[in-house]
Amino acid sequence: MAKKEKIPRQIMPEQAPDIRAKNFVEVPLGLTPEAAIKEAQRCMQCKKPACVEGCPVGVDIPGFIKLVAEEKFVESIRKIWEKNALPAVCGRVCPQELQCEGKCIVGKKGDPVAIGNLERFVADKERISGSGELPPKAAPTGKKVAVVGSGPSGLTVAGDLILKGHQVTVFEAFHKPGGVLVYGIPEFRLPKDIVFSEVASLEKLGVTVDCNAVVGRTVSIDELFEEGYDAVYLGVGAGLPRFLNVPGENLVGIFSANEYLTRSNLMKAYLFPEYDTPIIRGKNVITLGAGNVAMDSARTALRLGAKKSRIVYRRSRDEVPARGAEVHHAEEEGVEFFFLTSPVEFKGNEQGRVTNMVGLKMELGEPDDSGRRRPVPIEGSEFELDCDLAIVAVGAGPNPLLTQTTEGLALNRWDYILADEATGKTSKKGVWAGGDIVTGSATVILAMGAGRLAADSIHDYLTWGW
Amino acid sequence: MFKIVEREEMTGGTVIRNEINAPLIARKAKPGQFVILKANETGERIPLTMADTDPEKGTITIIYMVVGKSTALFRELKVGDAYQDIIGPLGAPTHIEKFGKVVCVGGGTGIAVLHPITRALKEAGNDVTCIIGARSKDILIMEDKMKNASHDLRICTDDGSYGHHGFVTDVLKEILEKGDIKLVVAIGPVPMMKFVSKMTKEYNVKTMVSLNPIMVDGTGMCGCCRVSVGGQTKFACVDGPEFDGHEVDYDELMLRLLAYQEDEKRSLEESGLRL
Repeated sequence: MAKKEKIPRQIMPEQAPDIRAKNFVEVPLGLTPEAAIKEAQRCMQCKKPACVEGCPVGVDIPGFIKLVAEEKFVESIRKIWEKNALPAVCGRVCPQELQCEGKCIVGKKGDPVAIGNLERFVADKERISGSGELPPKAAPTGKKVAVVGSGPSGLTVAGDLILKGHQVTVFEAFHKPGGVLVYGIPEFRLPKDIVFSEVASLEKLGVTVDCNAVVGRTVSIDELFEEGYDAVYLGVGAGLPRFLNVPGENLVGIFSANEYLTRSNLMKAYLFPEYDTPIIRGKNVITLGAGNVAMDSARTALRLGAKKSRIVYRRSRDEVPARGAEVHHAEEEGVEFFFLTSPVEFKGNEQGRVTNMVGLKMELGEPDDSGRRRPVPIEGSEFELDCDLAIVAVGAGPNPLLTQTTEGLALNRWDYILADEATGKTSKKGVWAGGDIVTGSATVILAMGAGRLAADSIHDYLTWGW
Repeated sequence: MFKIVEREEMTGGTVIRNEINAPLIARKAKPGQFVILKANETGERIPLTMADTDPEKGTITIIYMVVGKSTALFRELKVGDAYQDIIGPLGAPTHIEKFGKVVCVGGGTGIAVLHPITRALKEAGNDVTCIIGARSKDILIMEDKMKNASHDLRICTDDGSYGHHGFVTDVLKEILEKGDIKLVVAIGPVPMMKFVSKMTKEYNVKTMVSLNPIMVDGTGMCGCCRVSVGGQTKFACVDGPEFDGHEVDYDELMLRLLAYQEDEKRSLEESGLRL
C-alpha cells in the first residue's frame, strides 16, 4: 500500500516586502478556504491534545480544527468563542510558536499545524460574511460590574460576564476602545477595524463602553461602588514608558515607543495632514530594544519614509525577545540590527534635535537574574551612529495614576497591583486586577487568560459572596 | 456629548472662550487641572488647563488662542456644536493653602489658567497681588475677573497702550523689593515664566509655574510631555502641570514646543482655515 502523502504546512500568502514596507496594509493576506481545509487535515486530533495545554485560555483546538477540515466554518468559530472572545486578534498576535503550536505533536517531526492561521481564518470568515449571530446570554442577575481598561483583559472580562447575565460597563481613558490593540499594535499587524468589530459585538451583547473616562481622575473606584457597581475589574495595562536615563534623551526626535506608536496608530499620524496629529518622519531611525514593540516601531518608521531603520539591542541575537515571525518580517523589510550595543548618550543640533547616538559595544558575561547572559560593556568601544529619530522601546512600568488615587489597593515592590494568581482578587474588597498591571509587560493572550480567571472569580463572588 | 453652551470671542476673535457641557469633569475638577479636547474624528488631542468650572451647571470653561490648525478648528465650533472628545480632569491640582502675601503673574491666555488659582488663593486667606500683561491693551483678557479674584491688580502692556509700559517683571521687581512675598505663581508664555523665575530666584521667593508642553495621552502613558525639572525628567501630565519655577529647564521646553512647527504650518495651509 502506498504511503499516505504528507501534507506540507500551508504557507500564508503575504505582501511582498518591498511593497508592504511602504504601506500600512496588513502583511499576511490570510488563508484561502482550500488552504485552510488542507491545513486542518494536518491535525492528528490527539486524544490528549498538548496544544490546548499551551493555550492560556484553553481553546478546544482539535475541536475547532476538525470542524474546519469538515468545512463547517460557522460551527468552528462557535467552538472557539466558547473560550476566546477575540479570535481574530489572537490568530494574529499570539506567540503561537511558544504556546499552542510550540506543543503541537505534528511539530515534533516537521512544521506544527498552523493553529494561529486557522483561528484567524475562521474568525475573519465569520466577521466578513458570517451570520452575525450572537452567543446565548444567561438571564439577568441584576448585578453591575465596572471594567477599567478596554484592552485584551478588560474585553475578555466584559465578554465573559455579560454572557453570565451581569450588567457590564467598560471604562476607557482614550477616546477609542481597544487599549494596546489600538494604540500599540500597528495596522499592518492588526487592522483596527477588527478590534472595533470585536468591541461592537460586545456592545451588541449589551456591554456599555464609556470612552474618555479616566478612572482615578474622572471617577474613583470608591465612587463606582457608590454608584451601584458590585465589582470592579482593573485591566489598565502597564503603560508607563521606560526611558534609558542617558544624557540627551529629551532631545526633539526621541520618542518612547508608546508615544511613537500612539501617534501613528491611534491618532493616525501616518495619514497626516488628513488627520491632524503630526509625527516626526525620520530618514535615519534608531530603535532601542528588540521586543515586539521595537519591531513594530522600526517597521512603522520604514512605512513613514525612513531610508534606514536600525534596531540597537544590548544583548545578542539569541536573546531577542520578539517573536521569530516579527524579526523575520522586519529583516525582510530591510530593518538592520546592531546587536551587543548599548546607547550611552544622544547628541543634538542647535534646534535641540537629535543627530547622533553614542553607542558602546557589549560582550556577554555570566547569566543574570533573568537567566540570560548579562551584557558587559567593552571599555573604550564607543562609536557613533547618525540618527534623526530615535525610538525607545525598552519596556513599560506600572502607570501610577490609578493606584495613587485608590485607597486600600496593595502593590508589590515594583508598584504592580498585587492580585491572587488563580482568581485575580486584589487586597481591596470587590476589586479584581489582571493583565500587565499585575504581571508587568506580557502578551495579549496572557492578559486574556488573567481576564478569564478573574471573570470566573467575579461571577462566583456575585453569586455566592467574597 | 460635550456641547458648547456659551461662546465668546475675546480680543477681536483671536482668543475664544468656550463653556462646555461636561458634568463628570466639572464635578471633579480643581484649580490647576487640565482637560484634553479633540474636536472631531480626525482631530488632534489638545491639552488646555481649565479657566473655570461650574459643578452645578455641569460645565467647564476653556480659553484658548487660535495659533494653528487645531485651535482654528476649535474656533469653528459654535454654541450648540460639540467637541467629540474631552478627557479629564487631568494633572495634579494646585496646592492651595494660606501662605501669606502671594503674587500671581499672568501673561496672554495664561491669565485664564491663573484665574481659578488666584481666586482659590484669595479664598484661602492669602493677600493676593496680581500682575497681568499683554502685548497691547486690545488683547488683554479677563481684567475684571482678575480684579475680583485678587486684592490688588496691576496691568502691563508691552506697547504702553494700557497700564505700566513694559514687562510684568518690572512690576514684579518693585513688589519683590518691598519683601515678605511668600509665593509667586507665574503662568504665561514660556519666556515670561523663565524671566519671572530668574528674578524670583534672586529674591529667593518660591515660584510655581504651569507648563504646557506638547502632550498626547495626558495620563502618563506616552512620555511626550517630559520636562527636565531639577535635572530629572518629569511628565507634565501626571507630575505637573505645575512645577517649581526655579528648577525647570525652560530652554529645553521651548525647543520641544517647536518640534512640529513645520508640520503645523503645512497642516494649517492645507486645511484652508486661517489664524
